[in-house]
Amino acid sequence: MNRHLDLEIAELKEKLLTMGSHAERAVSEAVRSLIERSDDLARKVDENDNIVDQFEVDVDEAAIHLLSKAPLATDLRFITVAMKISQNLERIADEATKIARRSLELNLEPQLKAYVDIPQMAGIAREMLKTALDAFVHKQPEKAIEVIARDKKVDEINKQFHRELSSYMIENPATITRCLNLMVVSKALERIADHATNIAEEVVYLYEARDIRHGGGK
Amino acid sequence: MTESPIKSVVVKSSAPPAEASQTPFIEVENLSLHYGTTRALKNISLKLGEKVVTAFIGPSGCGKSTFLRCFNRMNDLIDSVHIDGVIKIGGQDIYEKQVDAIELRKRVGMVFQRSNPFPKSIYENVAYGLRLQGIKAKQEIEGRVERSLRDAALWDEVKDRLQSSALGLSGGQQQRLCIARAIAIRPEIILMDEPASALDPIATAKIEELILELKKDFTIIIVTHNMQQAARISDHTAFFYLGELIEFDRTHKVFTNPAKRQTEDYVTGRFG
Repeated sequence: MNRHLDLEIAELKEKLLTMGSHAERAVSEAVRSLIERSDDLARKVDENDNIVDQFEVDVDEAAIHLLSKAPLATDLRFITVAMKISQNLERIADEATKIARRSLELNLEPQLKAYVDIPQMAGIAREMLKTALDAFVHKQPEKAIEVIARDKKVDEINKQFHRELSSYMIENPATITRCLNLMVVSKALERIADHATNIAEEVVYLYEARDIRHGGGK
Repeated sequence: MTESPIKSVVVKSSAPPAEASQTPFIEVENLSLHYGTTRALKNISLKLGEKVVTAFIGPSGCGKSTFLRCFNRMNDLIDSVHIDGVIKIGGQDIYEKQVDAIELRKRVGMVFQRSNPFPKSIYENVAYGLRLQGIKAKQEIEGRVERSLRDAALWDEVKDRLQSSALGLSGGQQQRLCIARAIAIRPEIILMDEPASALDPIATAKIEELILELKKDFTIIIVTHNMQQAARISDHTAFFYLGELIEFDRTHKVFTNPAKRQTEDYVTGRFG
């Protein structure tokens, strides 16, 4: 039986996916604004942040509305997970905005070094986000679990990049401003990967009713 | 218990909710009802839109069923009842002298808490009302019986045994048959008094889905004790207490941010 609740849940899912694609694009454009030294792109990311913010509000409102109908089991998990996913997506977009703003500052000075680590981190983080959202759409918790393992790699690159930037600052104090900006960018990408991990964990909870956060539910 | 998160929004209980701002289909003005000397409904005013589902909720004895029965003048059948005020349906005051209650009940159908099929065949249960309306052509009756049973989501389950007794159906099927019987004569409004309270969860879910389908064609008013049911199926909700209309608003608003403390206490189960 095709229930009316199913239609409303499908609408909520659709909304989340659109929100996810906006967040993905924000990350991608923010990193490009840095690599390609494009102020226009950076400003665009900053300006578009409110779109994702609005989605968060809309998703929460729809979820509260659905919760008042006393859903059970899978439906109940879906709605609570939807609220958490939207919160993580909103934070991802915030991190993208942070990167875009630092790009604007970095673009004022000559490039410190060839960017190798940042595109690599961004690539993994975006892939994690994409896979987590795909796992959500296609009901594939096993794919979501794969995402979680990749977070370590992003953490490692972030740490290594911080060490490298520290050495730049010690050698030449004139690089400090640029190094600090790059540290913020690196940290933002590390946080994006964390949020993608959170989404993946929620996807596992949604489809397997297993809470694997903080190393639990194994 | 924490302080209830009531915001300082003043919702006039008689005001139509936002979506009902279309020309109201049903208008109730200052309706009061007495059983002898007992005043069961006190100065109720509200406006309902067309083709929406409105739920009446409230504790037992709050007057919601009594109020429901005012819409097809079922209370006329009780001698001690005295009604003041106005109920207009499509602009017409249904308590005016020239209004024939039998004719009114063709426009305003009713489904009761306990399914009450006639002790006749499934087919006859639906065809009976059509014959009473003067429809004689067999083909037309057959067509309308089938359509009503389809609209009541019962056709597939009974199409091979239309001549069997309606009393052999399950409780949920009997209730859907009663809905088919009510919609066969194409009323404008369907009143439902706890239509699913005697049914199991699966039969209840079917009735709820059915109500959501029926609202495309009919204006529905439902009395229910099941708050989640009201939240699931209705567009607007009216909360009654001790014969008074306490709050009337969009269902979403009533269940997530009611304006009145009494409503909040009732929907959160803290009442009394």
